Amino acid sequence: MIRYIRHAAAFCLLLLVALLANAARVQVFEADELDDNPANRRTTIARYDEPRGNILVDGRPVTGSKDTGEQLAYERTYRYGPLYAPVTGYASQTYGTTLIENAEDDILSGTDPLLAPLPLWGEVSRTRQPGGDVVTTVRDAMQRAAYEGLGNRRGAVAAVEPATGRVLALVSTPSYDPERLSGTGSSVTGAWRELNAADSRPMLNRAIRQTYPPGSTFKIVTAAAALDAEVVTDPDAETDTPSPYVLPGTSTVLPNESRGCEKASLADAIRVSCNTVMAHLGVEVGLDGMVEAAERFGFNDTGLKVPSGVAKSNFDTDMSDDQLAQSSIGQFDTTATPLQMAMVAAAVANGGELMYPHLVERTTKHDGATVHTTGSKSYHRAMNPLTATRLRQMMIDVVQDGTGTNAAIDGATVGGKTGTAQHGVDNSDLPYAWFISWAQADGAARPAVAVAVVVEDAEADRADISGGGSAAPIARAVMEAALED
Amino acid sequence: MTASTADAPPPELRLPRRRGVELSLLIGAVLISVYGYAAVGLAHDGAVPPDVAGYGGGLGLLALLAHLAVRLRAPYADPLLLPIAVLLNGLGLVLIYRLDLETPGERAATTQLIWSTIGVAFFIAVVAFLRDHRVLQRYAYLSVAAALVLMIVPIFFPAVNGAKIWIRIGGFSFQPGEFAKILLAVFFAAYLAANSNALAYTGRKIWRFQLPTGRVLGPIVAIWLISVGVLVLERDLGTSLLFFGLFVILLYVATGRRGWIAVGLLLAAVGAFVVGSFEPHVHSRVQDWLDPFASIDAGRGPGQLAQSLFAFAAGGMLGTGLGLGHSVLIGFAAKSDFILATAGEELGYTGLTAVFLLYALLVARGYRAGLALRDAFGRLLAIGLASILALQVFVIAGGVTGLIPLTGMAMPFLAQGGSSVVTNWIIVALLIRVSDLARRPAPDDVETGVVAAVPAERPGAEGER
Repeated sequence: MIRYIRHAAAFCLLLLVALLANAARVQVFEADELDDNPANRRTTIARYDEPRGNILVDGRPVTGSKDTGEQLAYERTYRYGPLYAPVTGYASQTYGTTLIENAEDDILSGTDPLLAPLPLWGEVSRTRQPGGDVVTTVRDAMQRAAYEGLGNRRGAVAAVEPATGRVLALVSTPSYDPERLSGTGSSVTGAWRELNAADSRPMLNRAIRQTYPPGSTFKIVTAAAALDAEVVTDPDAETDTPSPYVLPGTSTVLPNESRGCEKASLADAIRVSCNTVMAHLGVEVGLDGMVEAAERFGFNDTGLKVPSGVAKSNFDTDMSDDQLAQSSIGQFDTTATPLQMAMVAAAVANGGELMYPHLVERTTKHDGATVHTTGSKSYHRAMNPLTATRLRQMMIDVVQDGTGTNAAIDGATVGGKTGTAQHGVDNSDLPYAWFISWAQADGAARPAVAVAVVVEDAEADRADISGGGSAAPIARAVMEAALED
Repeated sequence: MTASTADAPPPELRLPRRRGVELSLLIGAVLISVYGYAAVGLAHDGAVPPDVAGYGGGLGLLALLAHLAVRLRAPYADPLLLPIAVLLNGLGLVLIYRLDLETPGERAATTQLIWSTIGVAFFIAVVAFLRDHRVLQRYAYLSVAAALVLMIVPIFFPAVNGAKIWIRIGGFSFQPGEFAKILLAVFFAAYLAANSNALAYTGRKIWRFQLPTGRVLGPIVAIWLISVGVLVLERDLGTSLLFFGLFVILLYVATGRRGWIAVGLLLAAVGAFVVGSFEPHVHSRVQDWLDPFASIDAGRGPGQLAQSLFAFAAGGMLGTGLGLGHSVLIGFAAKSDFILATAGEELGYTGLTAVFLLYALLVARGYRAGLALRDAFGRLLAIGLASILALQVFVIAGGVTGLIPLTGMAMPFLAQGGSSVVTNWIIVALLIRVSDLARRPAPDDVETGVVAAVPAERPGAEGER
């Protein structure tokens, strides 16, 4: 019997070995795969187990975290939700993250390896670092000026510092409070449905995610192309624009909203916003030259990130001459984000050098030690310095003596350009009023700010006057806030 | 029981009693449990639980009483059995207490401590009053009758979670099938001890396998069929598998016929196939085992087995630490059938290996006692009880780790469940009893004759090529 007992014991040993080998399979060899299974809640639980890092504006957090005591412990809170929603985005336990909350999620949630005190620390200690902070370039006073300026209207404002590319304000209205989406449950899904169903599309970030036909503000790009291509050598000389101007290859007459455009000089055409002159110049520059010029300003770039992704601003690369003529005055298929148009103004203000826009100044550890700093870097040289100097003067004239007088500020040099764009079937929707501008304090070495404002305006029936009427005052308020310190 | 020194075996069999070793190991077992209890509180609330002294004192008192019973009544017993039982029971209490923190509505640790106390009381009673295990041999048929009654009674009670294995009277519930395990082991051991020769050396030979005669085989197969049938009716396949394994192991140990293994495996394969194909409850378990993540792909979220695997994986090599895992995600039965997942997640593969080795040691000590005993009944009883533990650990641990289809069973000592804890304490008490006899320096000469001599006197009886 002893032999058989030993056999039975060997059998039990076999069972033990099988258990140990199988446990090793699950716990060691297949562990990573199981840990990464999307149905495994552990990653989610760990993610919300610690307070999330904060997003800072002017050194103060505009976000927070509260402990709900639930399985997913910490929920995101926002101090001025609707005001900063286009900057922060939301961080939801149900719907994920967007914008900075998304782009800097590794830092904010504490998973970025750079947050660890030692390399590979997280892997060895199996711990998560406290979430780091994200310091933005946004200035609270400017953000508020833009938000209050837009008021109840639908629109957006983007402001950048021309010399550095720092994004100083990013506003979209109507906005929403991202805190409504932070948690889980029916109140969150209800808010999500409501926000997505709303006609006013409050969750749309109009400043960087929506493109609009830029209308006459695009004439700055056409002017830069004409000057750089030496189609125009003297901005004050008469142009040979035919009048009436018939779109090439068609019998359509392009109308002017302003008077005095017949054979107007480039400077005058910008000042009073002549469609015919600029359309004609665009055709003279030619498709290749116009595409090249537009792309130097950032059009057709699908990869622009601030670090939130910016929608592609479009300038068609394959067009007939009549389409090119219309595109050159910001119509046809030409579209731009408000940020893109702020970059156009910034390029002019900065002597033709366009800086890469960025919204994040730096990221820090929980204790404030810097993890990464976003330096200023050049994006493109948008135009020659001489062209920039000439365009600066033309934009100054617009504010001093043209369509943009509403943007003038005492004690500062301001350059601007108005615009209006019809849209919708048969132009039935509300038109967009545009204003792009920059401002430089008297005695200052560099311009302080470049702004683009777009606002849906029921009164904008008469071309560029509306851009000067409804959009320019908002731009002025933002520029004043920028000049104040 | 004093024995005449004239028949004493050579001096090397004079084993020391080793009660001091047992006591020190017990202190270690209690301290480890208390440490685990404190670690849970520290990790979860940042403070040592306020009742740590009461918990430690309670467990220590139980251990001390059990030790005193062994010291007085079974002084030669194996010194490892009791400390392992206490450590596993203490660890189980820690894990249940840890899961209680996640389910404030369902506190189970206190109840489990009460059941442990009852279990230890039974342990002491068995050690104190059962002076010789051979007494049990007389009650073989009574045992099997009682076992059948215990298994049949729950059929008349409503099913709980798909299995009709519970008796509920008021708020009090227990699983009689747990106790039936011991009774069946007693019966199998007694019957096989009495009939091993007949089973081994008579009957037809088919191909290379010699089968026993129907006359000897009849009663035991009948009993076995009834018990398995009852279990299939009750839809408790874990226990069914356990009885089957126990039956085959004891038959093999008693007769040495490999034919039994072949017949057993064949029967098991047919039974498993039939039941797995046609019984919906089992069929779904098999499907779940084949693809634990099917419910995720179907958009219904992870099932229990998938959650269990996630928990084990989250533990990795070293574990998250007590109180820091999320095995509560398993949901239903996290404290009972799936308790091992908590051990796997919070103690890691390292801790799980330690737990498995504790069980292995317990089983090995049972086998050791079986080897050292002289009477066939004692041997078979020791092997049977140890095999119950081994099979039960394998069936449930293999189930929750995805090695075999999941069958609802309690992890011995670890899992929440009163009947299971009490039963396991009785099993350990019986092992203590037989090991005491096995290690006693002056073996009784009462039974050294016929039965022990049989295995040596069967040359040529079996085709051993």
